[in-house]
Amino acid sequence: MKDISKVIKLHVDKERQLFKVPRTSFVDTDVFESERDAIFNRCWLYLGHASELAKPGQFVTRTVAGRNLIFNRDAGGKINAFMNTCPHRGATVCRDRAGTAKNFQCFYHGWVFGSDGKLKDQPGKESYCEGFNDQGGADLVPAPRHEAYRGFHFIAFDKDIVDLPTYLGNAREYIDLVADQSELGMTILGGTQEYSIRANWKLLVENSIDGYHAATTHASYLDYLKGTAGSLAAVGIVGVGRDLGNGHGVIEYTAPWGRPIGQWIPAWGEQGKADIEKIVAGLGERFGAERAKRMALNNRNLLIFPNLIINDIMAITVRTFYPLAPSFLHVNAWTLAPAEESAWARKSRLENFLEFLGPGGFATPDDVEALQQCQAGYENLREAAWNDISKGMGKAQPAADDEIQMRAFWTEWNRRLTRANTAT
Amino acid sequence: MQTFTRPEVEDFLFHEAALLDDWRLDEWLALFTDDARYEVPATDLDKDATPERSLFYIADDAFRLGERVKRLQKKTAFSEYPRSKTRHLVSNVRILEPGADTCRVATAFVTYRTKGGHTDTYIGSSEYALVRQATGLRIRKKRCVLDLDSLRPQGRVSILL
Repeated sequence: MKDISKVIKLHVDKERQLFKVPRTSFVDTDVFESERDAIFNRCWLYLGHASELAKPGQFVTRTVAGRNLIFNRDAGGKINAFMNTCPHRGATVCRDRAGTAKNFQCFYHGWVFGSDGKLKDQPGKESYCEGFNDQGGADLVPAPRHEAYRGFHFIAFDKDIVDLPTYLGNAREYIDLVADQSELGMTILGGTQEYSIRANWKLLVENSIDGYHAATTHASYLDYLKGTAGSLAAVGIVGVGRDLGNGHGVIEYTAPWGRPIGQWIPAWGEQGKADIEKIVAGLGERFGAERAKRMALNNRNLLIFPNLIINDIMAITVRTFYPLAPSFLHVNAWTLAPAEESAWARKSRLENFLEFLGPGGFATPDDVEALQQCQAGYENLREAAWNDISKGMGKAQPAADDEIQMRAFWTEWNRRLTRANTAT
Repeated sequence: MQTFTRPEVEDFLFHEAALLDDWRLDEWLALFTDDARYEVPATDLDKDATPERSLFYIADDAFRLGERVKRLQKKTAFSEYPRSKTRHLVSNVRILEPGADTCRVATAFVTYRTKGGHTDTYIGSSEYALVRQATGLRIRKKRCVLDLDSLRPQGRVSILL
């Protein structure tokens, strides 16, 4: 492999409080290759949520870091992650997006697998030796590693990776703040937002945890809220940014928009007020007043390194994304909600989501535009070579519109690529 | 009793398409009733999905549709400023359930959006609920169902379909 040490080198000057990232890292094909080996093949990656597989036999097919997977709950109730390829000749075994199946049959030669991945039947069985599958070599291949935390299922392609709770580390606290919002369990709602951006994937990492860009990039969304009667609470955008270690980062802050889990806005009326008060009282009984207040009123944009975003804002979005090329990425995004919330709260949550988030919202399309314009700007990298990620570097506690959470990502990104580069 | 004819409905839909392509969005908005809805479901949803229970790309009531039009005419709607070029093609127009002053209309559409060196294509079917008012035909509901697996490579529905 080529030596990429020059194109991944960060410029960090603590004295002058500078943190700069080379723009080559967004366009270089060797960096792209190295990211696949040193990051996507060596990190825990989000596969799906347990609520998508409520009943035995339920499955969804999904692409994770270029691999095709079957994510299913088998007849015995166990949740599995299988590589979606026939052990016989390689054809895609399950070609449906989602459904319920006791068995999966490869249509090419007709091999049949149980929902537990075991080979159940083959046409022309008599032509194979007795004990043909004694070693399990004709069963569906499971993902090398598969673990879950609070309903969030992750896989890894590195057999020797640390266990998931260790990997998540300090980020667990923030996942808990989302998972605890329901007694019955958080649930992914129908309707996946699958889109693409003509930009490098790391731009979406930054953008998803960027508290600095809202006032300008999303001026028209904020205008919309200001111009809509009762859509704002009397709360400012105030909070902190944190480096959570292992490349994870978060911003946590108050904001004026309504939160169906606990921040009422006048537009939701008296019924909404009563509902929200009841939800917050319930959280208080379960977790105490202080934690309930944090869950209800604080927004959190959380990055789990390298590419899982859980943003608990005016609604909750779970978002993951992969590069297909240095300048092109695929995004998958879902929304997560408490299973028990009222029809009113559910409707408000979905409206909140699509007003801001997603490819038809009043904000996300402008993020897409910003990221594409950054990528276009990197055509000039020979003359203009560096991105600046210095904001708030001198502060003991950086604010939510500072950039410590992005420096956490870039530091881990650089550490992993440097280690891989040195090893070769 | 007056009935709806296909030429009349087609003229109306072609006029609607021309207003969109000319970015005459206030005039386009005026084609909708005060209780109108405009919806674009996510590409993996069932036909009968509703925005109260499932996540759509767009689910506007008349108020939010008005705000969408207002926003799209601002320079701060960065995705559409500078404005993209669009071409809305409307075809396969069928009048379903014609009533005295309302009818349901099914169409097929292809909309092209060109900006920044890329042309993206949106393909799908639209279902309209039309109503005849004193001033002419008006849209009470427009639901655009995309015949796409996902919004790739389009990335967004920042234009009106």
